[in-house]
Formats: sequence, structure tokens, C-alpha cells
Amino acid sequence: MTQALEQYSIILIYSAMAVYALAFIGFALDLAKRSSTVKNEALAASGPGAPGDQQLVGASASTGRGSATALAERPTSTAAATSTAATTGAKVAGKGRGGASASSGSSSGSGERSLALRLGVTMTVLAFVLQLVGVVLRGIAASRVPWANMYEFSITGTLLIVAVFLIVLVREDLRFLGTFITGLVLVLLGISTVNYYVAVSPLPPALQSAWLVIHVFVASLGTAFFALGFALSVAQLLQNRRETGTADAKGLARFLNFKLLATLPDSVRLENLAYRINIVGFAFWTFTLMAGAVWAERAWGRYWGWDTKEVWTFIIWTIYAGYIHARATKGWRGSRSAWLAIIGFAAVLFNFGIVNIFFKGLHTYSGL
Amino acid sequence: MSRPSDHFDSPAPAETSIPAGFEGNKGGAGSDDITQPRLGLVGYLRWFWRQLSSMRTALFLLLMLALAAVPGSLVPQRSSDPNGVTQYFVDNKTLAPILDAFQLFSVYTSVWFSAIYLLLFISLIGCVIPRTKHHLDALRTPPPKTPARLARLGGFTTTTIGAPGASDARGESDTPDASDASDRPANSATIIESARKLLKKSGYRVATFTDADSTSVSAERGYARETGNLVFHIGLVGILVTVGVGGGFGYAGQRVVVEGQTFVNTLLAYDSFNPGRFFSDSALAPFTIKLDKFDATYDTQATKSFGMPLDYRASVSTTQDGVAKQSAIKVNSPLNIGNSEVYLLGNGYAPTITVKDPTGNVVFTDSVPFLPQDANLTSLGVVKVTDGLASQLGLIGFVYPTQDKTSSGMSISTYPDAQYPVLSLNVYQGSLGLDTGIPTSVYSLNVDSMTKLTGINTDLPSIELKPGETAQLPNGLGSVTFDNLKRFASLDVHHDPTSGWVLFFAIAVMGGLLTSLFIPRRRLWVKATEKDDGSIVLEYAGLARGDDPKLADAVTDLATRHAAAMATLSSSGAMATLGDSSTNAAGASSAGKNT
Repeated sequence: MTQALEQYSIILIYSAMAVYALAFIGFALDLAKRSSTVKNEALAASGPGAPGDQQLVGASASTGRGSATALAERPTSTAAATSTAATTGAKVAGKGRGGASASSGSSSGSGERSLALRLGVTMTVLAFVLQLVGVVLRGIAASRVPWANMYEFSITGTLLIVAVFLIVLVREDLRFLGTFITGLVLVLLGISTVNYYVAVSPLPPALQSAWLVIHVFVASLGTAFFALGFALSVAQLLQNRRETGTADAKGLARFLNFKLLATLPDSVRLENLAYRINIVGFAFWTFTLMAGAVWAERAWGRYWGWDTKEVWTFIIWTIYAGYIHARATKGWRGSRSAWLAIIGFAAVLFNFGIVNIFFKGLHTYSGL
Repeated sequence: MSRPSDHFDSPAPAETSIPAGFEGNKGGAGSDDITQPRLGLVGYLRWFWRQLSSMRTALFLLLMLALAAVPGSLVPQRSSDPNGVTQYFVDNKTLAPILDAFQLFSVYTSVWFSAIYLLLFISLIGCVIPRTKHHLDALRTPPPKTPARLARLGGFTTTTIGAPGASDARGESDTPDASDASDRPANSATIIESARKLLKKSGYRVATFTDADSTSVSAERGYARETGNLVFHIGLVGILVTVGVGGGFGYAGQRVVVEGQTFVNTLLAYDSFNPGRFFSDSALAPFTIKLDKFDATYDTQATKSFGMPLDYRASVSTTQDGVAKQSAIKVNSPLNIGNSEVYLLGNGYAPTITVKDPTGNVVFTDSVPFLPQDANLTSLGVVKVTDGLASQLGLIGFVYPTQDKTSSGMSISTYPDAQYPVLSLNVYQGSLGLDTGIPTSVYSLNVDSMTKLTGINTDLPSIELKPGETAQLPNGLGSVTFDNLKRFASLDVHHDPTSGWVLFFAIAVMGGLLTSLFIPRRRLWVKATEKDDGSIVLEYAGLARGDDPKLADAVTDLATRHAAAMATLSSSGAMATLGDSSTNAAGASSAGKNT
């Protein structure tokens, strides 16, 4: 029975990976299409108006009022002139979010973006459901929560990354991050199924605690939010380059001046989104730290002992605390704080992938 | 000043205004170009204090702290892995002393790590104290006066209400008189009053203002954001102080107890003991713990996890203040006794070994804890027979709980439980090196001045015994008996009088964090301005204090609800129909600089 369930679980995980791959392709095609759309517009519209403004007319056409409905997907320069009015209309009709600037209208508009994009989202949802069933079966096979070793932690953690992404999608159009999220999840699942896979085994005495359910789950949830925050911070930095870069920008700045960035929200909005996601992650991480300390007090007789995993959890906490403070410090708001969010997530990955396996310590539950 | 001068929400120096997301170093360093008068000692102290309590210094120290914590995870630490440190010194003979000079084996108590976090906390206190004072003042102060130009603020919305009875209004505005003056303000006053009630009901603190041509209500909410922020930071200081000072009163001790043995909580009974700074013997509560039985359960079902531990349970009899009790200690459930917690941190085998001289007199008998070497509990131990024989005797032994032989004839253990226990012994004769007075480990044997009598490289095979068996020692030294195989439990006794306080502060930190991150602090204003044509222009605007993604929504929502409230009022004839409205969803978070 256990073995059969375990087999079904792994088959579902593999199936989910295949569907994530399709979703990834869909999202990637959409990004490519965005680039070409912007390029064509730049050719077509030799009149006034930044590429970003033109792009959003197409997006807001469905929600905008009046003349906006008459606009073609590729607006001419005269259509571009009316874009500001259309966007304003879209914003009033929509939720009217604070901090919205001109180009954010394009991302929050309901967006007949592309078939590829819609396929990407649909495939992500399908893969999520497959993975969810796979994870649940693993839990049933083991008769406990499915996050007691590296492999199980990976499949649950990536599931949560996708869950957080999909939930956030309901409120904010972050579909442009689909490539990143599905790509990340695909890579992590690939690594864990190949390298970390272990058969279902019973819990060692040290893990037999209710805190396993709470501490580890909240840690994965925090990781999921940090992953999304990381992606937004990267997008923010790229966008910032585009915004501040001039036509004769050289080197990296020019190389990074992807056309598709014109279709994304502006850097200030991306920064605000990243911040809101990251502080949720930070709250979860703080709780992880404290729940871990309470558990350590129960299991090891001390709440804090500078065990390697404790050290890295502390380091990550400190980096994100720095990120939050940086955002409130003049001269650090913007790109510099974004770098801290990126470093923070790198530390999260390091803590998971490297510390778990190569560092000596009390958290040796990888099962490898 | 409530916040450090380089805080994002602090007013910019007069000549520079910093846009949101501005990158660069201009902000907060407004005094760079100013020729300053010479500073005295007090001046320098004040300057130093301001630097230390600035946001940028705090941020720098915070990131330094993260960086400084890294080496402690790369190099074994004396606190968490003392054996690792010893091994590191053996493996890296030249590098280890250098690292040691930089205190890299005790990073978290090192001078440099301590310096960083102490400076950070001083900086934090320097920030928190003025902010607390400012916040306490703010809690007693009504919301500030309504700004003159609301159109520049977040979520600005405006509505015009037509004159109630056009002809009257026209006439009145042409010839203002006493009765008119008393009538009009009452009208806009009613409107503002309904807005005031609405805001008050939504948890805002409100104040109304009237000037020459307008009536307005100023409202503020989310004081808990700042309260939470302060609680968070004060909680962190609380944790540090409690751990730093209070931790000194505790102790932690380790003791290996074999089945049937009794542990008495006195200093001498511990195998190792780490007292806090202010520890005294009187902190040891008088109690005894007897290990009656140790049960380990291993997995026998799944093939892949065969032999994995499922449960450890130490059944103990305790006495405290004359009260005897039976209890169990398990891995995740320590025993609370006296003022201490007793944890089960390890276990293993302790074979009872008896050594007799050639005439049959017992010269040694004890249950000797053997240290587990692998998952199947192959265990290594040492017996030292100092007196009673012709010469000193040392035995190095292995316990195989379930013995099997490899094809090469080597003994291994294939299962951690004692299904087929075998004790194998190598005998050494000579000087144990104990007479020099140098302390040595009971778990290791110094064979420098001893001769190996059995085992590899000798003429005799190792002695192999099953429980109850006896073998003769070589050279007619006597006999050795493996009486039985017992279990031992490794108990940790901890006393930490401050852990409750640490938990209290940790909860405060968590609560403060949630409050300070997720409760928006914002100001809202509603202003009614009477126009000459008798209409009333209503303006709504808000100001975010800190991150507030929902500000514009809040203003729009207020305008909508206020309109609804006025609609009910208008049935009494005081209101007319609503006019055109337009919304200006200006940047909510970037509007924070305008005051």
C-alpha cells in the first residue's frame, strides 16, 4: 500500500514537471511576443509617446472607456495620444491602486495578452493540482506531514512557491514572472527528484513533534514569498536600468535593455510589490526562527545554540531586516535595497541546498 | 526629531528634495557642504551619537552582523562542536592557531562579533528612545491641521454639491448678510460633521478645523504601527539583555546513566558541567534520577529504513523532596524536575565487564558505557584495570549489538538492537599512564607504553564473548567476563531561569513586527469649501505614513461612504444632488514627503 502510493506520488510529481515545462514554454513565448510587439510598435509609432505608453493602450482597451475600444492591438501614433485618457479610465474602472503610474495600467488591465500567456497560467494551475495530489499522496504513504526530509521538503516547498504565485496572481497581474516561477520550480523539482529522492521512512524520534508541522511548513511558506519577492526585485532592477538608461547606454545596461520590459510595471511599482511580498516572507521567517527556538528548547535543551542551520536562518533574517531598513533609509531605497532582497534569497537557497547537505550540524534530516 | 535624520520619512534638508526611489548619496548628508564651527568634546560626543543612531549606521551594522555570523558556520565552534574544533586542530596544524587568534572557533562570543551587535543595539536604543518619546507625545496630540492644498496629496478626490435652492443661493451670494452667514457654515459643518462621525467610526482620531472659507476634518489612524515598531525593537533589546545577563544564572550539565544507576544532582555527579557566570551550588535543586530501563524501538517493517530508530524512552524513578515518582523521558519531551529540565540526548550500550585475577578475586567490575560508532550501534569502549593484577591492564572493546561477519571475517553490527550481542576485546599490558596525574579521557586508551597481547599483529585472536561467557586473559593474567549488556542514556540537565522571559520578549517581537508591517498608518482629510455660487466643493485626500498600498482605495472608499451618508442627510433637505466627481489616484507611497 505504502509503496503503491509512493509510486503514484512520484509519477504525479514527474507529470507535474512535464506540465510545468509546458507552462514555462507558454510564459517564455509570451515574453518573446511582448518583445516583438514593442519592437513593431516602435517602428509603427514614430510619433510622440514612450513605448511603454503605447503598449498599454492595447492592454487597457478592454477595460478602458470610449475611444479605447476602437484601438487596434498595435496602436498608431494618433491612438497613442489618447492612451493617457484610456489608462485613466481603466484605472478608475479598476481598483485604482495607489502608486500606479502610467505603465502599471497595462499590467493590471485584464489583458488579452496572448494565447501563450493564458496557456501558461492554465498549465501552471494544472501542474499545481498534479503536484498537490502527488504531495498529499506522499503524506498519506508516510502517514505524516510530507516535509520530513530534503526530497519531501523540496516537493512541498515548490508547491508552496506555485501556490503563493497563483494566489498573488488573483490580486496582481504578475504573469510576466511565470517564466521565472515555473523555471525555478522545474529546476528545484528536477534536482530533488534526481538527487534527494528517498523512499518513505518513519520519523526519527527527534522529529516526532508537533513543531515539525508548524516550523517547517512556515519556513517553506516564507521561502515561497521570498522567491516571488526575489523575482520582483530582479525585475525592478532591470526596469530601473531601462528607465534610467539613455539611448547611448553602453555595456551591460544596453544588453539588459530588454524590449519586453516596456510591458512591465515601472520600477517604483515593482519595488512596492516586492516589498509587500518580502515583508510577508519576513514575518513568516521571523516566526520560523522563533518556532524553531521553541522546538530546539524542547528537543535539544536550549533555544539557541548557533547550530549551522540556526546561524544561516539568523543570517537570512538579518539580511531581510536590512532590506526592510534599507527601504526606509535615504540613499538606499530603490536599487540598493533590491540587491539586499536578491542576496537574501540567494542565502535562502544556500541555506536549503548547501547547508543542509554539506554543513555539519544538528539539522541533519536530509535523509541522504 | 522622532526618527534619524536619514530616515526616508524624515523631512529633507531644505534645499534638496529627494524623489522616491532616488539612488545616490545626497540624502541625509545635507550638512556636508556647510562649514561647521569647531566642535568641543560635547559636540563631538553629540556628533558621534548622531552618527551611531543614524539609519545608515544601523543598516551597516545589521549587514555587518549578517556577514560576521558566516564564519561561525564554516569553522567548527567550541560551543556547539568542541570535538570538531579538536579535530580541526589536528587536521590543520598551521591554520588552526591563526584562526584561533582571530577567535574564529568561538565567533559568537568573540570580541569583534560582540562589538558589532553591541554597537547595533546601542544604535537601536539611541533610535528607539527619542522615537518612544515622540510617539507618546503624538498619542496625546490631535491630528494636525488640514493642509491648504489637498490636491497635491494621495488619492485626491473632489465632489461638488450644487446649491440647495438655486435662486436663494444666488441671491445670498450677491448680498451676504448676517442670517446668510449663520446658515451657510452650518451647511458645510453638517457635511463635515457626518464625515467626522464616519472617520471616527472607522477608528480614526479626528479633529475639525474651520477657517475663513472652509471647514475640514483631519483624521489619523494606525498609531499601532509605530507602537508595534517600538515594541519590536524594545523586544529585541529585551531578548539581548535577558540572554546576556539572565543566562549567567543558569547551568547545563551532562551525565551518562546506565540502567540501574542513580544520578544525584550534585556538581560531582556530572560528567561535564557548564555553569553560567553567576552560578552557585545552591542553584542545583536536590533530586535524584534512577534509570530503570531504556527502551529503543527500531523499524522492522520497511526494507529501506530497516533498523531506523522509531522511539527512545527512558523510564526513570525520581525522588525530590522525599517524593518518589515514576516518569519517562523522551526525545521531544523532557522531564521537568526541581527547577531543571532533563533531556534525553543520546543512548548506547554499556556492557558489564568483570576482570578477575588468577586466583579468582574480582579486580574490576562495572558497566562501562561504550560510544556508538555507527547507525547500527557498533560501539567502542575502554576498560582500565589499574590495580590488583601483575601489571596494569587496558582493554579496548567493541560491542556488536547484532553481530555478523563480513566475507573478510570482520565483525560488523547489522541491527541496532541487541539481538545477537558480541563483545570483542583487545588486551594491552603495561602502564596506563595514569600515574603522571595528567587527566585522560575514560573513552580512550594511551597505548604508548603498553604491549598489545591480542588481536591484529599479535599471536592471539581478539577475545570474543557473548553475554555470560568468560575467557582467560593471555600471559596468565586472569580472566575477563562479559556479564550482561545494559543500555545507557545520556542525560542533559538544564536550568535556565530566564527562558520564560526570552519567550515573552520573542512574542512581543513577533506581535510588534506584525503590527508595524501590516497596520497602515495614514491621515485622511475631508474639506468642504463654500463657493460664491452656493455650491460646496468637497475634497478628500490622504497621506501615507510609511508603506500603505491601500491609501488611494481608502480615500475613494471614504468619499463613497461619505456620499452615501450625505444622501441620507439630504432626505431632510440639507443636501442637494451630487455633482461631478473626478479622481486623481496620485502615487500613494510617494506622497509621503509632502508634509
